[in-house]
Amino acid sequence: MSDTIDFDLARVSVRELNRYLHTELPGSDVTRVGIQNPNGLHSIAAGLDCEVEVDIHGHAGYFIAGMNKQAKVTVHGNVGWSVGENMMSGEVRVQGHASESAGASSHGGLLVIGGDASSRCGISLKGGSVVVAGDVGHFSAFMAQAGTMVVCGNAGANLGDSLYEAVLYVGGAIDSLGADAREEPLEASDVETLRGLLAESGIDADAENFRRVASARSLYHWNAEAHQEY
Amino acid sequence: MCGIVGLLIRRSELRDSLGQLAVPMLDCMGDRGPDSAGLAVFDRQADAKGLGFSLYWDCGVPDWDAVLEHHREVLGTDATLDVNGDNALLRSTAVPSAVPGWLQEHWPGVDLLSVGESIRLFKDEGHPREIASRYGFESLTGSHLVGHTRMATESMVSPAHAHPFTAGQDFCLVHNGSLSNPNSVRRRLQRRGITFETDNDTEAGCRYLEWRMREGDSLEEAIESSFEELDGFFTFLMATAEKMVLVRDAFSCKPAVVAETDDYVAVGSEFRALAHLPGVADANVYEPSPKMIYSWSVVETGTPQTTAVVS
Repeated sequence: MSDTIDFDLARVSVRELNRYLHTELPGSDVTRVGIQNPNGLHSIAAGLDCEVEVDIHGHAGYFIAGMNKQAKVTVHGNVGWSVGENMMSGEVRVQGHASESAGASSHGGLLVIGGDASSRCGISLKGGSVVVAGDVGHFSAFMAQAGTMVVCGNAGANLGDSLYEAVLYVGGAIDSLGADAREEPLEASDVETLRGLLAESGIDADAENFRRVASARSLYHWNAEAHQEY
Repeated sequence: MCGIVGLLIRRSELRDSLGQLAVPMLDCMGDRGPDSAGLAVFDRQADAKGLGFSLYWDCGVPDWDAVLEHHREVLGTDATLDVNGDNALLRSTAVPSAVPGWLQEHWPGVDLLSVGESIRLFKDEGHPREIASRYGFESLTGSHLVGHTRMATESMVSPAHAHPFTAGQDFCLVHNGSLSNPNSVRRRLQRRGITFETDNDTEAGCRYLEWRMREGDSLEEAIESSFEELDGFFTFLMATAEKMVLVRDAFSCKPAVVAETDDYVAVGSEFRALAHLPGVADANVYEPSPKMIYSWSVVETGTPQTTAVVS
């Protein structure tokens, strides 16, 4: 059983598409959904909660595949803000570039950006993995609490500011680290994690050439003597 | 929220389609700014005499014939008037500085929206789609235009508070964002004798940049200095007779997307504003970087030129 259904967003509204994905798709024989003419529209395939493969052909807008559970969503193009935000499980793959806040607040699953991601990538990450083949912009992984972010290219200013327990790996240059983020030695277990994520993401990069960034945990406790200077 | 759009034609045959290409951009960005909209179009007429003055009749039924007749009579100059509903372009050889005073004294209900050789400016209240059809934006021609759809957050909704804002000649600015120090910027400029028409934050930014240019800065230098002087979040899209210029502040939490082809440079707050443009699927689509100044020049011939990017 590998039934496919196609939606053309030049003819059908995102609301109609998402209603199908939420109500009729689960439990049906359809295993693959194709979406044409995304034309930068928002919230395409948001709120999926079943095992299905979704292909979006073209450039899409904001909140693509937000809150995703179980589904595998591939965007054959660029996306706007907050792709895969609050993802719980499954996979979201963007073949082009992603704008701001990619993977914001995700709890699980895998988000892969084939090109660059813009600022605030992985902001408030709560679990799961974000893997970016290119660069990320400023303030990425801001207040990230759990999970892993892998940046194969360069990271912009203030990487990992106010980081909690998420771990970041950067293959290229880091413009600057944010408050309380620090570089730590890359252990064998890190290399193993990286190898697994890179392979899962289909990215050919040498896992041993990454740097590990994690929290120095100096902001975990209030220090009255710091006079608000960090 | 607000939306911004810009379109600069690189292949001169497309200049006749400028309005037709731009109206869907503005319409789409109506989702981000439904309360008012505006547009500045640049269409240099080599044989035109004098300067163009964009006028807006802000109350009641316009009597443009009377305005034109009075203008000729009082200022003693040759003038023509291209009327488009509540908007009209007065082309006159009068001394530019005489026109605002003449309007204020005799035609207090007529607002002066822009002055310049090439610029024509429209702005009004209502949904951008409605405004586009009210003034027939589809038939606009020219080398480039910038437009704005407004969702007011910091000052009232009125035609005067809609963007684009202008200062000086052939210069305008549209803005997505909010400035946090417009009052101090305005007060400092007022002490230099610069007058303001509204309490809008973007007008403060616009007059600041134009003041810097009058002091000898290039537009790019003026923008550099604005990183120090203007506090807030902004994506600024500016146009002069010669170019279209885009910049985002250091934090860049207001969006912008650029699509470039050999035929045009298009700017929008979101990609969906550009999705209908011919050849956009193969365009170079990118998000402008923080604090980078992107400047695209108008080409007089059909030859496309490369983008000039100044850091």
